[in-house]
Amino acid sequence: MDLLIPLLIAIVVGLLPVLAPIGDYHLHLVILMLIWGFVYTAWSVMGRFGLVSLGHGAFMGIGAYGVTLLWNELGLSPWLGAPIALAAAALFALLIGWPCFRFRITGHYFALVTLAATEIVRLVIVALRDLTGGSLGLTPKTALAEGPVALAALQFAAKEVWLYIALLVWLSGVLVWRAVDRSMLRYALEAAGQDEDAAASIGVDVTRAKLAVTLLSAVLTAVGGVLYAQYQLYVAPETVSGISISLQIVFAVIAGGMFVQLGPTVGAVFTLALTEALRVAIGHTIPSLDGLIYGLLLVLFIVYMPKGILGQALALASRRPRRAPAPARA
Amino acid sequence: MAVFDVFLLEAILNGLLFGGVLALLALGLNLIFGVIDVVWICYAELVMLGMYTVYFLYTVFGVPLALAFLAAILLVAGLGALLHQLVIRPVLASEPINQLLVTGGVLFFLQAAATVAFGIDFRNLGLSLPSLVVGEIFLPWSRILAAATALLAMLGVWLFLRRTFLGTAIRAIAQDRQIMPLMGADPGRLYLLTSAIGGGLAGLGACLLVLQYDVHPAIGLSFGPITFMICVMGGLGNLVGGFLAAFVFAQFISVGGFFFHIEWGYVMAFVFFVAVMFVRPQGLFAASGR
Repeated sequence: MDLLIPLLIAIVVGLLPVLAPIGDYHLHLVILMLIWGFVYTAWSVMGRFGLVSLGHGAFMGIGAYGVTLLWNELGLSPWLGAPIALAAAALFALLIGWPCFRFRITGHYFALVTLAATEIVRLVIVALRDLTGGSLGLTPKTALAEGPVALAALQFAAKEVWLYIALLVWLSGVLVWRAVDRSMLRYALEAAGQDEDAAASIGVDVTRAKLAVTLLSAVLTAVGGVLYAQYQLYVAPETVSGISISLQIVFAVIAGGMFVQLGPTVGAVFTLALTEALRVAIGHTIPSLDGLIYGLLLVLFIVYMPKGILGQALALASRRPRRAPAPARA
Repeated sequence: MAVFDVFLLEAILNGLLFGGVLALLALGLNLIFGVIDVVWICYAELVMLGMYTVYFLYTVFGVPLALAFLAAILLVAGLGALLHQLVIRPVLASEPINQLLVTGGVLFFLQAAATVAFGIDFRNLGLSLPSLVVGEIFLPWSRILAAATALLAMLGVWLFLRRTFLGTAIRAIAQDRQIMPLMGADPGRLYLLTSAIGGGLAGLGACLLVLQYDVHPAIGLSFGPITFMICVMGGLGNLVGGFLAAFVFAQFISVGGFFFHIEWGYVMAFVFFVAVMFVRPQGLFAASGR
């Protein structure tokens, strides 16, 4: 099931441009849903084990700015720049993660340390304004002047190309989630989440298990940053790093469902659809109205539906059939 | 060289004054954490609302500044109590991290509400207090006033917690949530009172900040993170630790901003924070591990 459904979704979405031409605007929305769905999934790879990071903006920022700066300043193709940016994100995750887990910084403390981490990245981006353009943001040098496809620069004019790239990345993210879900790592981390001492006493290397999942999550998030930068061709410190984006990640995951495979994706679809629906319905006359409703909904979600939309739906669906077949015993 | 030293001294003194205001902000957050075991991620947004209250009462409705201050403190105190009653209470029994995240939802809500209601303009009181001039050192009176008020308020809270019956009850329930209700204390009421005091401190902080800074809907994001860092570095819930950490942080920002750009001051403060967390995860000034 957890293999079949993502594949089915991928096929349906992949056939969209062929079967039902939906226009650039809707295509853009679907691409954004896929990119953010991927980032949210990357967060939940570690978030579901109680490692609630408010610092994933840091990894996204390193990915997005890393690849853009290497391209603009050194002319390094994103195909080479991305691995470097991902390595940088992994190094940063290691730098923050290892001491955190070694010294057992958990819960509130972990959330706040990671919050500091994401602020460090945002402030460094703003402070290096000669290089990064500061708060105004940064645009990768265009390679689309010669033609609509610049493979070496990873820039494509056609939205369809991006749909397939985003789809592929999203699918691999969901499959990584599935792989973690089926691994021993999951059991180790769930045990550690309950009681670190007890987990350690039965042979779980808690620090290593946490570090492994954190590195995985950080690198995936940085991939999301690279993808976002290459697709939007514009990055700004506020949109890829800092506290707001980190909170946005956490909340979308909670809204969709933190503990189910497609929960983060549902969160991405839900939040983007909500924002767009409000924008279409009300227009720009009342700015930030979406944020208002968003914040209110999130409070309601955490209080009344902590499992999220998909988590709650699956829980309801699985409760009914289980009751139906009566235990037939001879 | 002599001129250089004077400017450095000015930066250090300004850092001390800034530290006083940060210490006040940290105190409110710390008190709430110490007693209720909840981190209000939206704390700085309450400060923002307090700043708007002063701004509108003073500049639009012509209310005297002192009255506007009082109104802001009372309003934010009320908001603090309301926040506890409506948002924190329903999740008190659920996972701790949910309590932190639920206030993050409030952060979004308040920030967006301020944008909807007031727009994104930067607003200020249009007051400019003179500076105290000592030799070549310029210290704005607004900062001196703010730091002095912050110190007095902190002394007041300290005395309230140490010398009064209610304060003793609050300290007791912070120590043991299970036993105190058996002694006849009503945790619900004490939590509500603590939230109101925490909110009141945020309101007071707002009054002091609005004298020095423009208010806009996103101002909470510039004060919020630093306040959390201070509380954690001082040891969450440790009031004295938070007080000392505020001055350490303010020096990093002020002196760091003197040598480099102001952002680098913040970066260094945050890097220092992360480094401290690795050496002493329980906080720089924690007497005993929580």
